[in-house]
Amino acid sequence: MEWRDQGILLNVRRHGETSAIIDMFTEEHGRHAGVVRGGTSRKIAPILQPGAQLDVTWRARLEDHIGSFTVEPLRSRAAAVMGSRLALAGLNAVSGLLLFCLPEREAHRGLYRRTEQLMDLLGQDDLWPLAYLRWEMALLEEVGFGLDFSACAVTGATEGLEFVSPRTGRAVSREGAGEWLDRLLPLPECLLGRGGAPDEQILQGFELTGYFLREKLAQEMHKPLPEARQRFVDRFSRSVVPR
Amino acid sequence: MSSTRDIDALIEMMAKLPGLGPRSARRAVLHLIRKRALLLSPLADLMVQVAATARECLNCGNVGTSDICDICASEKRANGELCVVEDVADLWAMERAGVFKGRYHVLGGTLSALDAVGPEELRIPKLIDRVATENVSEVILALNATVDGQTTAHYIADQLEGAVRLTSLAQGVPIGGELDYLDDGTISAALNARKDI
Repeated sequence: MEWRDQGILLNVRRHGETSAIIDMFTEEHGRHAGVVRGGTSRKIAPILQPGAQLDVTWRARLEDHIGSFTVEPLRSRAAAVMGSRLALAGLNAVSGLLLFCLPEREAHRGLYRRTEQLMDLLGQDDLWPLAYLRWEMALLEEVGFGLDFSACAVTGATEGLEFVSPRTGRAVSREGAGEWLDRLLPLPECLLGRGGAPDEQILQGFELTGYFLREKLAQEMHKPLPEARQRFVDRFSRSVVPR
Repeated sequence: MSSTRDIDALIEMMAKLPGLGPRSARRAVLHLIRKRALLLSPLADLMVQVAATARECLNCGNVGTSDICDICASEKRANGELCVVEDVADLWAMERAGVFKGRYHVLGGTLSALDAVGPEELRIPKLIDRVATENVSEVILALNATVDGQTTAHYIADQLEGAVRLTSLAQGVPIGGELDYLDDGTISAALNARKDI
């Protein structure tokens, strides 16, 4: 068995004295693990940093073997994130969530392309939080918990959407909210593509996606969300409201 | 019963050491047996002794043979500088360089959400406690220039912000390094940290 693809490195674990097991997120083969021989060497270890864009060739005798990767670096993103607390926290959140929820060896081409675009924005702290929020929406969509803001779930109206139903993930207008108003989640305007995206709205967006990640996805997976996601949100909220 | 059972068991144990496999362990054991008086017996004595006395320093996490290591016990090293390293091997590397004259704090790893390593699993609470009680003027975060290392450094910086001066090691071209062989990230970091000459 052999294939070649490009992808984003999500995680590295030591394997024995000289090798490493890496988790890649590739376009055609989805999330895929494999051994990199000599992966802890001085030559290869700097390449194997989470977030790196790699060209990988995977080989194994049988398809269900873990197999081994040979890697060629395409783009290193480590240098862009090392100096920025927010970027580093963001990189960890993206890697953590992908490892948390994506099944192995299943292609998610749309999500892959969005992830690559998001990773390329790392270090641009003014653009990144909104891009990350939209990426979390895409992730929820990909794993079957997509949010629908096209029309009010109660009245069918397409204007005046202010809330989201925590049960269905569909938008609800103020008129449609009725007696359930206090149980609905606020829908920030930036997710409707209207106006700018002030940090307060982005934070509100993180609360919204966080609810569905925690209460729907994590419940389904029977494990808690990776801490890296909350660390990123905390980091971002501290930059919005300085201590 | 095989007459070489004990030797085989020794080879098996030696083969578990880092850098050794079954073949090299066999060679090492054969060498030890040939130099029994000069190497094997003293080595066995020392191993028994170290097994009985080796422990982690209660203060910094360094490995020594007493509850408080020599570095923590030395008054000369109490100059207000505290160097935070990932593990004992890093501390030894710093000591080999012989340029740092302060004290250390060994974390015992790096934060990793994926491997469920949180601040409590590391010695971060103890570090915060030391900064508060040991008259520390500067904390040098000498953590590895990896994503995990820098994530941990930023986490510690968040915890200690405002309490003490925080610095980290520079990143860039190693001594004897050739630009042609450096990865993009290192070149980028070196360029960002350029200085006047």
